[in-house]
Amino acid sequence: MSTAIQVEHLNYSYPGVDNTPGVAVFTDLSLQIEEGTFVAVLGSNGCGKSTLAKHFNSILLPCGGKVYVCGMDSANEDKLIAIRRSVGMVFQNPDNQIVANVVEEDVAFGPENLGVASPVIRQRVDAALKQVGMYAYREHAPHLLSGGQKQRIAIAGVIAMEPKCIVLDEPTAMLDPRGRKEVMDTIRNLNRDKKITVVLITHHMDEAAQAQRVIVLNKGQVALDGDPRSVFAQVDVLHEIGLAAPDTVELCWELNKNGFDLPLERLNAEECAQTLYELLCK
Amino acid sequence: MLKDITLGQYFPGNSPVHRLDPRTKLIMLVVYIVALFCADGWIAYGIMFAFLAMTIAVSQIPVKAIVRGMKPLVFILIFTGILNLFFTAGETVLVSFWVITITLEGLVRAIFMVVRILLLISATFLLTYTTSPIALTDGLESLLGPLKKLRLPVHELSMMMCIALRFIPTLIEETDKIMSAQKARGADFESGNLMQRVKALVPILVPLFISAFRRADELATAMECRCYQGGDGRTKMKLLRYKLRDFKAFGIGVALLAAVFTLKSFGL
Repeated sequence: MSTAIQVEHLNYSYPGVDNTPGVAVFTDLSLQIEEGTFVAVLGSNGCGKSTLAKHFNSILLPCGGKVYVCGMDSANEDKLIAIRRSVGMVFQNPDNQIVANVVEEDVAFGPENLGVASPVIRQRVDAALKQVGMYAYREHAPHLLSGGQKQRIAIAGVIAMEPKCIVLDEPTAMLDPRGRKEVMDTIRNLNRDKKITVVLITHHMDEAAQAQRVIVLNKGQVALDGDPRSVFAQVDVLHEIGLAAPDTVELCWELNKNGFDLPLERLNAEECAQTLYELLCK
Repeated sequence: MLKDITLGQYFPGNSPVHRLDPRTKLIMLVVYIVALFCADGWIAYGIMFAFLAMTIAVSQIPVKAIVRGMKPLVFILIFTGILNLFFTAGETVLVSFWVITITLEGLVRAIFMVVRILLLISATFLLTYTTSPIALTDGLESLLGPLKKLRLPVHELSMMMCIALRFIPTLIEETDKIMSAQKARGADFESGNLMQRVKALVPILVPLFISAFRRADELATAMECRCYQGGDGRTKMKLLRYKLRDFKAFGIGVALLAAVFTLKSFGL
């Protein structure tokens, strides 16, 4: 497996206003994301999640250290377009990333910028819209759609550029539970069917639990890194950072405090119920 | 209440007028306006009116919609009519008392001016009613294409128009939200004199502008992420192509111009 994104000794601080010193976000951060994986990035507010995401497609450039995207140095200006077409970005507010006033025109925006031939754009747009399940809405006006639908349009707009990797910066933060589920299903399908590397930045533990790997950031450093079960089992560390484990793990953890000895690896309600059932039957 | 505002009112349809290339419709509108300003005399105006009426009939746009669009213009129409009626010098005096004189020439001229404006506005409405905003921007960009050689930012202009159209409903929704929020805090937009009402709008405009700037910033980042780098090397999903019906329309346009000019040269 080759590396999709490699961060080496990243150092970044936001420039200060009027000669005040800038705010250091990362001092020495290193991590790698393998191609084809589904990685969730967690962290409390202001820990640098979004800043990190913006380094993945050269929206921000490192002050020190290097970021390699598919082997390309993100600071290399000649590779800027190549990097941005390899790493697609989806942002939090769906309203502020839709450019055109017809769904299919918006999805076509990326490929049009890349200079793809017209008939090919048509195919890509149709394929992308079918992939996110919005083909029936291709001639609708975006402002009449629900939040989840808009966010899926934004994802389709990224897929139409055929990226190797998609970075989603809290794509579900402004959505209702139904919209969240729609978006999460879409993301999972993309990773599974099209083998696209997915980096999901999120606040929701249950969303992170669906990933193959979870990275927890704290104060610009990797605090925890591993598969969801092993990361969420470290409930004490999570609490110290100001995060919580998924509800099921929290439940087991609270029970353990009262003298039980339950495994902290139950990430969904079904598994958790089974464990509790076995406990009660003993 | 703000949601009732419709801009770029487009009536989706599949009539021959809808299916025309947007560029054809834009050119035809220009041709029509030129013909309208050259038209002189009852027959020429008759032809212009008949042409527009036929086009409206073919486009299946309800006449009511066009009449409704005229409402805000009533004042201008009356004003133009009165000006022409009273201030046209002529020989045949119809009515004369105190300082007011109405001549036959003035009356005819007033009628022509009002009809001219009415026809002009209706023709413009017909264009926006039968063409989607995005097709219209595409058409404009394509028609103004040659001006790129003069370094006119044609692509940028059409992109701006497209984004403006896209964000009008979003910003209207936002204004609604801010108004409700301010009302909930006791703001009063409905009473007081004009000055007080204008002042009451400030707490709406400030947050609206701040949020619009934030949106613009985020949109710019999102566009950069999707490899936007201006108009150079950009392709289009939907290519504009002139079809047989467009050439037919051009033929009709030429005929219309020819008719008006012939009538003019004969002084009819």
